[in-house]
Amino acid sequence: MKNKVYIRSVGSVSAQKTYDNTSFLNKVVTYNETVTRVIDPNYKDFIPPAAARRMAKGIKMSTVSAKNALTEANTEESEVDAIIVGTGLGCIGDSEKFVSDIIDNNEQFLTPTRFIQSSHNTVAGQIALGMGCKGHNFTYVHSSISFESALLDAHMQLMNDEASTILTGGVDELVEHHVSTHRLIGHIKKDPVETMSILDSGSKGAIFSEGSHFFVVSNKKGENAYSELLGIRTFNSLERDEIEKEALSFLKEQEMTSDDIDLLILGYNGDVEFDTYYEALSQESFKNTPKAYFKHLSGEFDTASGFGFWLANKILKHGFVPQVVQLGDSSKEAPQTILIYNQYRGENHSLTLLKKC
Amino acid sequence: MGKGVAITGMGIISAIGNNVAENYQSLSTNKIGIDRITQITTIHENEIMVGEISGTNSDLENQLKIEADQWSRTVLIGAIAAREALENAGITDVNEFKTGLISGTTVGGMDKSEQYFYDYTDNPKVRQHITGLHAGDSTNKIAKYLGLEKSFVTTISTACSSAANAIMLGARMIKSGQLDRVVVGGTDSLSKFTINGFKTLMILSDTFSTPFDDDRKGLNLGEAAAYLVLESDELVAKKNKKPLAFVKGYGNANDAFHQTASSENGDGAVLAMQKALEVADLKPEEVDYVNAHGTATPNNDLSEGRALIRIFGENVPEFSSTKSFTGHTLAAAGGVEAVYSVLALQHNVIFPNLNFKTPMKEFDLTPVTEKKEKSLHTVLSNSFGFGGNCSTLIFSKNQ
Repeated sequence: MKNKVYIRSVGSVSAQKTYDNTSFLNKVVTYNETVTRVIDPNYKDFIPPAAARRMAKGIKMSTVSAKNALTEANTEESEVDAIIVGTGLGCIGDSEKFVSDIIDNNEQFLTPTRFIQSSHNTVAGQIALGMGCKGHNFTYVHSSISFESALLDAHMQLMNDEASTILTGGVDELVEHHVSTHRLIGHIKKDPVETMSILDSGSKGAIFSEGSHFFVVSNKKGENAYSELLGIRTFNSLERDEIEKEALSFLKEQEMTSDDIDLLILGYNGDVEFDTYYEALSQESFKNTPKAYFKHLSGEFDTASGFGFWLANKILKHGFVPQVVQLGDSSKEAPQTILIYNQYRGENHSLTLLKKC
Repeated sequence: MGKGVAITGMGIISAIGNNVAENYQSLSTNKIGIDRITQITTIHENEIMVGEISGTNSDLENQLKIEADQWSRTVLIGAIAAREALENAGITDVNEFKTGLISGTTVGGMDKSEQYFYDYTDNPKVRQHITGLHAGDSTNKIAKYLGLEKSFVTTISTACSSAANAIMLGARMIKSGQLDRVVVGGTDSLSKFTINGFKTLMILSDTFSTPFDDDRKGLNLGEAAAYLVLESDELVAKKNKKPLAFVKGYGNANDAFHQTASSENGDGAVLAMQKALEVADLKPEEVDYVNAHGTATPNNDLSEGRALIRIFGENVPEFSSTKSFTGHTLAAAGGVEAVYSVLALQHNVIFPNLNFKTPMKEFDLTPVTEKKEKSLHTVLSNSFGFGGNCSTLIFSKNQ
């Protein structure tokens, strides 16, 4: 008999004011940009200022979102059996600076700090170090399924009784060289788009951003759990006309059909070239399913689906779908079951299934 | 849970050979791969020794029949090793069963990123490498090269334990029935980035590395790619395959001591070995040989040696670090040493820890210094990385 897996708490730092767990998108911040950054919490409340100065942004954001998740779950640090992090690029700011220092100074006068923080598992390592957590400590770095890989690992451990409480999450930071190079290849929109108009942009590329989302996941329900995590599936490749079939077969394994889904959350990012994948899933079986989107609020980054997962959990807990994320007008009151579908540039697709508990 | 995990194929490219047979030949004849660096221009070229794969990028591109300068060297060597692993496992239709690919890497496409860092603006011809900086991009390219579609493909980056952790995740996914078979391992090419990074940490030796020696001066960096094919019991029975060996145990733990250094008593390493023995349901005395992490840095070898004594007491099994042959291949190390552990089991031989002269003064531990034939049933392999990441794998001849 496999255990059930519950999302006990959430923690988020994003381009919205999500670090405050008591509210739920009450006041949306709108932008008219091609890149956006997170709304910084008061890091001093979480990190001693001397330590914060040396810290990469990714570590700072994750310290806050991880602490918020632990606090909300009322989980002692000593209860955490494992820390599992997904990140597309890790602390890329330090990596880029170390590379430019190597080139600019002809391999001389370098110091180790930037190299050390460049290691992709810095965030997971730092959180473990801060908590004294000696358990399983993994970091997944696989583009838009980095977070889902971490979640899948956590889900498997909790189901199979390899762990009982896990801190898992996703983080990515936005830095200059990454932005300028991705502008060159058109992955970032050429012209700014207003937050509520990204689906009508008619242009290629996305609005790049950053964020950190952490969750306490457990096979013990505890009080005030957000949801039950039923399953995650990822695909390295999928054609547009194969998505529906794969989604239905994923649901079938949970003895569900498209009729059981009360809300379909889609990773639309306003890129006309690749949003067609979401349109493909919105036809036929899921035609009448209420839908929501979120990247107009979070921006696009490798672990942006962490924001989508945060949103799904908030919706299940609060019992409503905020107007600002609704797609179309067919919203159901208090959804019980949510399916999230995400992909980036036609690769690394994920399906995540949650239900109210 | 509770299913067996069979190893049915393996592939490797390293400084001591371009395939499994060449690596075995070199290990058996003390042919080391450590020399001066030739393929990267660095001001440190006369101060360091490295384990470089002999082929140039264009040699590797020709071998794979792909266009010039499209892929990072990390991808090139990864594709070669993963292809050999699939061939060795006799897999012709990679999509026939639920098949995955889990690869470990630390540098990904950093070799190209550092080469073209300031060129992207003016030179559109090199912009294909912009997205190559994503570590996961290397794995995606290998998956495509292997023809893997609609599958579970992911990348693990936990510094020098990455490939060991990829093998661990693969074994767990097979045990829990999520996959029928999976290609697991890792790939890392040499880069200025890692050469200079380790240089700033002052842990690069200026001569041949001497693991577990009292006068050890640090590590030799190396490059390699190595993969195993893991398959479920059901699939092995169905295809009537004879496994090369089995993944019997695995454990990952965090030292939670320091971002780069290991704790003096090797707490994380002890926990990782304990977990692996527990999963394998084996007693310490049932381990016949330990393929140590043994980087030859003052810190690692002391910490690992103490951890071995804490696990095995006075009867530490015969052990050696094969990094004296290959250099420390970072993310790939756990994959390289998994291949060597399986070769040890297949041929009943312990490969030597070269360059060892003087036992460390902190304890009485002497590695195996000459090739030794011995009936082996169980091999334990350690891989430790930055961020306090400690991993242990246990391989066995029989299920």
